[in-house]
Amino acid sequence: MNSVIKGTGYVLVHVPDMIIQNGTTQTAERAAHPDSAYLKSLPEHLRTYEDALSYWPNQIYIGNAHPEELRQVPFPYFREKKEGAGRYGTFGEIMPENEFLLLAQASDVFDVVKLEKEFVAATRDAFAADPVISAEIAGRVAAGTDITDIDAYVRAGQAEPLFVDGKLVGCVKSAHDTDINLSAHVMHENIMSKASSVLALLHAVKQSGVDAGDIEYVIDCAEEACGDMNQRGGGNFAKAAAEIAGFSHASGADVRAFCAAPVHAMIMAASLVKAGTYKTVAVTAGGCTAKLGMNSKDHVKKECPVLEDCLGGFAVIIAANDGVHPEINLDLVGRHTVGTGSSPQAVITSLVAEPLERNGLKIPDIDIYSPEMQNPDITKPAGAGDVPMSNYKMIAALAVKRGDIERKDLADFVEKHGLIGWAPTQGHIPSGVPAVGFACEDIMAGLIRRVMLIGKGSLFLGRMTDLFDGVSLVIQPNSGGQEETGVSEEQVRSLIARALKEFAQSLTGETRG
Amino acid sequence: MSILEGKKVVIIGDRDGIPGPAIAECAKTAGADVVFASTECFV
Repeated sequence: MNSVIKGTGYVLVHVPDMIIQNGTTQTAERAAHPDSAYLKSLPEHLRTYEDALSYWPNQIYIGNAHPEELRQVPFPYFREKKEGAGRYGTFGEIMPENEFLLLAQASDVFDVVKLEKEFVAATRDAFAADPVISAEIAGRVAAGTDITDIDAYVRAGQAEPLFVDGKLVGCVKSAHDTDINLSAHVMHENIMSKASSVLALLHAVKQSGVDAGDIEYVIDCAEEACGDMNQRGGGNFAKAAAEIAGFSHASGADVRAFCAAPVHAMIMAASLVKAGTYKTVAVTAGGCTAKLGMNSKDHVKKECPVLEDCLGGFAVIIAANDGVHPEINLDLVGRHTVGTGSSPQAVITSLVAEPLERNGLKIPDIDIYSPEMQNPDITKPAGAGDVPMSNYKMIAALAVKRGDIERKDLADFVEKHGLIGWAPTQGHIPSGVPAVGFACEDIMAGLIRRVMLIGKGSLFLGRMTDLFDGVSLVIQPNSGGQEETGVSEEQVRSLIARALKEFAQSLTGETRG
Repeated sequence: MSILEGKKVVIIGDRDGIPGPAIAECAKTAGADVVFASTECFV
């Protein structure tokens, strides 16, 4: 039986101080042009927590509005405020920076996160009031350190500073004197990824209703690498986050494939569960501090707020078929292979058309496509265009080329089968997976039947290959928890099509023996 | 004659647009000497 999706967690963490301190656009600029006009004006373009909270795309991400509602919001979205916006949504929350630093410390097991005493005292109650933060997690936060000690670590170059509202409140120390893979910079990046993964896992467990003790395996699909000088990407974020989240019966491992990794990980999780290896698997990813403010030079230049001000995280709980929840159909997995080629047409053919054709389906048979769901509010001012729209146009063009739709219906196809992007540009976070929460709700409500997630990854950025990557999967309604014994109409269509093709080949003598 | 005939060409492709290798293949058929081609990710 197919595996099912029991629930999802989607979290954002508003971290304006980390934009300035840790985003690579900013750190590179500070190294090259420390007095640049851009760096000087950057703080004026940072949003408050309240502004980030009432931002429509953020509210959609945590489940307080449906992606379809974004069609009615005037562009640019940052000029509009969502009425009734809240910190918590159906799938998760938007955590403020001060509380997140306490979660970062709770996620640290090597005593590298130091927080100032008064800051901890002032923030602890709010942190502990978060409904997913258990007393055990809150209890991991230490009483605090003198600010003079923290300042000394930072001044000595032994620590990455942690600020809230521009004030030094803590630091992340290096975990080794000489190992660059355990430097303060790397430890900061990894702990923030781990902590946001923990938060996503906690919300996914809450939303799915599964017992944390029932999760047997965790797959982390973020883009960071943890290890020391002898194994730079040794891992294992998954098990490390599972420990803090209280998954005492879980093991885990990391999957890395750039932005394609979440869909790779979901396919692996669904396969592990379908094979009976594990009954319940969590797929998770924390956020990426390096990408904070990635396009902020253009945002500042065009007098937009710096919209890349949140770390993103997500988690999906995949379990054995319960006869209720939506299934992951592993017969409909698409993949970009080594030999596929890099043209957009070849990529979309391999990810979309091929798995559908193999199963007797056409491109319009998928109700909703979820490719890369980057928020165009972020990408358009930066000249990167509307990424989801580019994907939809290519899928629609392929549908026209294959005769699945008429050319005149191309625009309608894009609107009917597409969504407007709402995800932050956190690399792996927007890649296919933001739609899982809504897809499951809409499928269970009988509104749609099939959703295809498409994850695409820029492998060439690692300079190990020129290749692109991508995988896709389809989520569909539960078949009732029954083994499929009969033959569906689609399977009959597929069988007839295959028989006719073979018959035609036999007439032209092309049948291979 | 193609405007790229005999020209040295540097190609920066876009992973969400046309990737570098695809542009390089086209440029080569137009007689270009591709000295560098890569694909970048802008999101």
